Amino acid sequence: MTQPLHIDAVSAHYGTTKVLEDLSLSVQAGELVSLLGASGCGKTTTLRLIAGFLSPTSGSITLGGRDLTRLPTHKRDIGLVFQNYALFPHLSVLDNVAFGLKQRGIASAERRNRAMAMLERVGLAALADRAPGALSGGQKQRVALARALVIEPPLLMFDEPLSNLDAKLRVDMRVEIRQLQRANGTTSVYVTHDQEEAFSISDRVAIMNAGRLMQFDRPEELYRRPANTFVARFVGFENLIPFKAVARDGDIVTAESAGMRLRLSQSLFGAIPDSFLLATRPDGLTVSIEASAEGLPAQLGLRTYLGRAYQYQCETAAGHLVANGSLTTPLEAGTSVKLVPVPEQCTILAPGGDA
Amino acid sequence: MSDRPHPILVAIAALVYLFLMVPLVIVVGAALSDTTYLTFPPQGLSLRWFENIFAISAFRRTIVTSLQIAFLGTLFALLIGIPAAYALNRFRIELPKWLGTLFVLPILVPEIVFGFALLKSLTVGAGVPIFLALLVGHTLLVLPYVVRVISASLASFDFSIEEAAISLGSAPVKTFFTIVLPNVRAGVIAAFILAFITSLNDVSVSLFLTGPGISTLPIQILAHVEQFFDPTVASVSVLLMFLTVAVMAIVERTLGLTFLAK
Repeated sequence: MTQPLHIDAVSAHYGTTKVLEDLSLSVQAGELVSLLGASGCGKTTTLRLIAGFLSPTSGSITLGGRDLTRLPTHKRDIGLVFQNYALFPHLSVLDNVAFGLKQRGIASAERRNRAMAMLERVGLAALADRAPGALSGGQKQRVALARALVIEPPLLMFDEPLSNLDAKLRVDMRVEIRQLQRANGTTSVYVTHDQEEAFSISDRVAIMNAGRLMQFDRPEELYRRPANTFVARFVGFENLIPFKAVARDGDIVTAESAGMRLRLSQSLFGAIPDSFLLATRPDGLTVSIEASAEGLPAQLGLRTYLGRAYQYQCETAAGHLVANGSLTTPLEAGTSVKLVPVPEQCTILAPGGDA
Repeated sequence: MSDRPHPILVAIAALVYLFLMVPLVIVVGAALSDTTYLTFPPQGLSLRWFENIFAISAFRRTIVTSLQIAFLGTLFALLIGIPAAYALNRFRIELPKWLGTLFVLPILVPEIVFGFALLKSLTVGAGVPIFLALLVGHTLLVLPYVVRVISASLASFDFSIEEAAISLGSAPVKTFFTIVLPNVRAGVIAAFILAFITSLNDVSVSLFLTGPGISTLPIQILAHVEQFFDPTVASVSVLLMFLTVAVMAIVERTLGLTFLAK
């Protein structure tokens, strides 16, 4: 009962404001895909378009070959889990879970059995007769999950389902959601603004910004090889250093930036253009006090303690950079150092684009 | 800080209650008097003026008319007001702000002006029959209360609950009745009672719209006082009072009055 979802060239407007522009995205059968981005990036709009609460101005949405684009929500057969749980306050926990089955005309005895079985799976069978108001946040979200899963929908969608829970419970619940989703093999779309949550739970993540899809890939790829400067900054590549290639020798490209020369292997980075940005996280810049080191000359500024390292704000000819230094030798502000990029922790980006 | 309220505060509160209650006590007393004229304290005790209400056919007729108008007017106001309040809350962002104000307009316009306007437009202008004009007038009179009270109820309703039901396969109209309405039940009952009492006690609007043969109880009370000065008017006032108190008591018993203050 698992089906692929295809979003094809979908755009959406609120009045005259474009909130989604030409979005194309495919979710494979059984896959969990997260839509990740800051508020206003279009992720919730995308979810509401798939659910049918909004209509696209153009484009189409299909689920397992069924065209959803003009279908009203109640006929789409999609399980939804909301941020604020959205349980029916006037119905018991059991009746909440059985609600979708009732709409499908399933007889009351079977309805009860299936709802109870689902409540057992989320560990809440003992609370079946309670009112939703008497439950804790975590319990409410489990009921909401059971209510969405019991109808065995071909598509399950989550709208920031964990943001109202405390940190510890968030981690437990996301593991639980992932296990249930895997066990059922339900195609899922998961909306969140929390990068760690998205990366930990998803097969693939779609990073969105200002109504556009910035990159859609496996979490490992996004984390190591961001495709553009927006995604790079988003996943923590704080340092973007502009370079120019000055010499090419087979696989090796020699590049220069603000008094630093680097020899970069194209087998490691792929084809290197003449003008590019070298992106690193603070961990990808080694702080060296040896004057002979081949690196970017820098003046250290503010030092902060991260537990596993010291972090330095650095001023260089290439602009403001952030680097992590070893714990054994804390350095004072004003010290002249060299920042040496660690090639394995760097990636190469085309300049400009978006920011 | 002492637990007991300040004596001056107690005195003021007592005075307020006195001002509120004394006229009512006088009316009740006068209604029970055995005399043929209005007097307080009552001289002799008798229920004959209560019997007299039902002996006078004008009172019998107007009590029935008042209850009919109040019930039907409230019903129509609910039929218009509930969907209106729903739309105003559900599409608050999409709808222009003045639309909500529009529904409160009948409260903002002085009732006497409102009544006169209805007379000019309905009775004189369009030649609408008296009962129908009264019904329309009262529906419009109580509509703002209905919209306000139900809006207050809907303001705390989370519309994602409605979306959840629709996503689970419940058609939108069905969802309104099975999910939205049960969750604003208290607001609907409160609106009904507030509207019913407002209509039952209205003078200003009815004054313009009543006519030959058809009148409401408060207007009949006024007319009676102009001609007679017997305690019937006091006893009918007591009757109206008890009708109102009875409705409130039922609410208090079933729901508690606190939600009216919300």
